[in-house]
Amino acid sequence: MRKSKNMIRRGESKVLLLMALPAFSIYAVLYLYPALSNLLWATRRWDGNPESEPETVGFRNFTYMFSNDDVFIQSLGNNFRFMLLVVIFQTGFSLLFATYLTKNTRTTIFLRTLYFFPTILSSVSVGLIWLALYDPNYGFINASFKALGFESLALNWLGDSRYALYALAVTQVWFHTGQMMVIYVAGLQQIPQELYEAAQVDGASRWQQFKHVTWPMVLPTTAVVVAYTTIQTFRAFDLVYTMTNGGPLNSTEIIVTLIYRNAFFGYQYGYAAAQTVVLVVVVLSITWLQRRTLRLDYGVK
Amino acid sequence: MIYRTIKGSLLTVFALAIIIPCSIVIMGAFKTDLKIISEPLALPESWNVDNFKRLIDSGSVYTPAKNSLIVAFFSVFITLSLASLAAFAISRLITVTGKVLFVLFSVGLAIPGQVNIIPIYLLFVDLGLTNSLTGLVLVNIALTLPISIFIITAFFRDLPKEMFEVAGIDGAGPWRIYRSIALPLSRPAIGATGIFLFVICWNDLLYPLMLITREDKKTLPLTLIDFRGEYLTEYSMIYTAILVASLPMVIMYIAFQRSFIAGLTQGAVKG
Repeated sequence: MRKSKNMIRRGESKVLLLMALPAFSIYAVLYLYPALSNLLWATRRWDGNPESEPETVGFRNFTYMFSNDDVFIQSLGNNFRFMLLVVIFQTGFSLLFATYLTKNTRTTIFLRTLYFFPTILSSVSVGLIWLALYDPNYGFINASFKALGFESLALNWLGDSRYALYALAVTQVWFHTGQMMVIYVAGLQQIPQELYEAAQVDGASRWQQFKHVTWPMVLPTTAVVVAYTTIQTFRAFDLVYTMTNGGPLNSTEIIVTLIYRNAFFGYQYGYAAAQTVVLVVVVLSITWLQRRTLRLDYGVK
Repeated sequence: MIYRTIKGSLLTVFALAIIIPCSIVIMGAFKTDLKIISEPLALPESWNVDNFKRLIDSGSVYTPAKNSLIVAFFSVFITLSLASLAAFAISRLITVTGKVLFVLFSVGLAIPGQVNIIPIYLLFVDLGLTNSLTGLVLVNIALTLPISIFIITAFFRDLPKEMFEVAGIDGAGPWRIYRSIALPLSRPAIGATGIFLFVICWNDLLYPLMLITREDKKTLPLTLIDFRGEYLTEYSMIYTAILVASLPMVIMYIAFQRSFIAGLTQGAVKG
């Protein structure tokens, strides 16, 4: 009896493995294999010319990147600043709006749907819309500043290397705050109402309620939101490419846009591959650090 | 009192920050460039469709829209089919193999997809898959499989085990259980995942930019990027193009709000 059952089981797992096979084959050939071969490419120098052979250079791509490539170092710095700005403001605003819109009423549902709306647009559309809004001469933003009498604020937002990265960060926050807010709303709705009632009985102010009930309870959600936002800022290729293409003066160059430029305009495939390795290491370390910090905080409470 | 005022004004400001740019685009599509600059927020004098006619006559709508639709449809359909099969297998396999499979797919979640830009490009050049919609579909499938499998596996694992066991005792094989029990039950989860995937594939720029150079294979985001250079500050054309390219998503969003929001956030949470 037991034997026959085992035989059925064995036959079953064969069928099950067969079901996973197509997905796994595609994944292995077009994801795992490229990811591994990228490590190999990172140790090579090649201009993409089929006539020439790739040359193995070991770790020289990496040493060059960190010792001689000012643009790379700058783009690393830009990417960190962009990340910090977006993580702080996007997380802050999305949590704030989520606390305002936790309850399900007609107004809150309408506002949530509205705030979420930009998420469904393509980065290219969003980029073009904001390119028009930022237009120094005809854009709505500067027109409003002028109309309100703040002539001095009518700046060349995307054309000035001092402001361009901030202008991009504003667009990114506009783009994804609604999405993060919805995640927060789901997290906030899980908090038992009794906790707030108890806090109110104790005479806790709104701020105290937020600090002692909402914040600790919503920390796991914050970990998710911060991690996701961080990853978004490291792959903001589409938006940056559309709006500034890394300029002016490399002030908005982030790692992915630089990789793209090095590979497809500089024809330095090996070097660009090495930069993607750095990108992955950076993203993984940051998200790992964030998770640790937020969990530690959570453990203390 | 102060709290309510601050809350009300902050909510209004952000609502306006979304409504104003969107209405500038929508109304701009019916205006001349002159009117867009002088009265960006005014209603158009008439809802004339000259801009749309010009856009269609330029020949840059039909082909990219068709290409985008083909790529997004096949990418999503194939990914969902393969992912739901694999997820079913992973959630049912009690052996070590099942766990190994799951871990291998999870690796794809941990590694950001951009790591593959260079090797995919070089591989696709070798295979002759540049300038091909099939190539784009393949890239989309490979990039979205890990997250889809992850989401659907989580859903299958939450289903009550008894249901499968009863069917197993009744003599139903894995195929039968997958088709008659697992799939029908997971329709909402798969639908939400499908929307999430559709938005990604419809909006993607990076891979088409790398892989497509021929005019007749371009997708909508690529055409929009070309518009940036071609029409510079001719905002009437740019706004019309944005409106046309976004319309399918907007209509779907209005029709399936709930699944949209669920799909696009579960992608974030699980990823």
